[in-house]
Amino acid sequence: MNFRRDVFQAISDPTRRAILLLVATQAMTAGAIASNFDTARPTVSKHLQILTECELLKKEQNGREIHYQVNANKMKEVADFIEPFRQMWDNRFNKLEAVMKNYQSKK
Amino acid sequence: MEQKTNIAAEEGKQDLTITRTFDLPVELLFKAYTESEFVAQWMGTKVLKLESQKHGSYQFETSHNGNVVFSAEGTIHECVPNQQIIRTFEMLNMPIGVQLEFLNFEKLTEETSKLTIQIIYKSVEHRQEQLKMPFAYGLNMAHDRLQEFLIKLK
Repeated sequence: MNFRRDVFQAISDPTRRAILLLVATQAMTAGAIASNFDTARPTVSKHLQILTECELLKKEQNGREIHYQVNANKMKEVADFIEPFRQMWDNRFNKLEAVMKNYQSKK
Repeated sequence: MEQKTNIAAEEGKQDLTITRTFDLPVELLFKAYTESEFVAQWMGTKVLKLESQKHGSYQFETSHNGNVVFSAEGTIHECVPNQQIIRTFEMLNMPIGVQLEFLNFEKLTEETSKLTIQIIYKSVEHRQEQLKMPFAYGLNMAHDRLQEFLIKLK
């Protein structure tokens, strides 16, 4: 399953969304990004890898350092943030269904 | 995989359409929207008022630790049992503004039904604010979790 290429899968994760928001203001090194999170460094690296693979982030070599920056074009594709909105409704409706099924079975 | 909940939001438009199929008879789906007891349960909010009738109005409010964290209200323009609700909806203290909602309830089989909600916002920008909200909420959740983690470490 090639889920990493799926942009929406990528942004469905709260940490990855936080990374995108962080990098949106300025290009940063992996270390600088990781210092903003309390998660283990390899976990942040994994998130960066996923975001890069689905082209939401771009890597740029600056001397010896690699800076990550947001790929504006790709971000535009998901700029409407439809997927989190859809998931919010999906969760809400699942709840509705569960509540009414429970009521139905009690009748 | 076919998704049960779909969102259609055309670029540059000020409305969007949400569709969802339910494993519920249409009567129960309609009840979930028109009876306080059920609205309170699935929306996880306190229902201060809900008059499910033409010219009726409603008011929802959610508190957390004594603070109001969610508050919404609106008026009902049309309420046809098991078929349609037309209402306005406004979340207070949010930049989304008043929205007009057309809810269509449809019977598919005896045990399944479909809900189609068309929401019209004041402008394209207002719709954008709405779409951004769960995204921002996800971010807050991430921060909250981080906070909890930090507290545990202390």
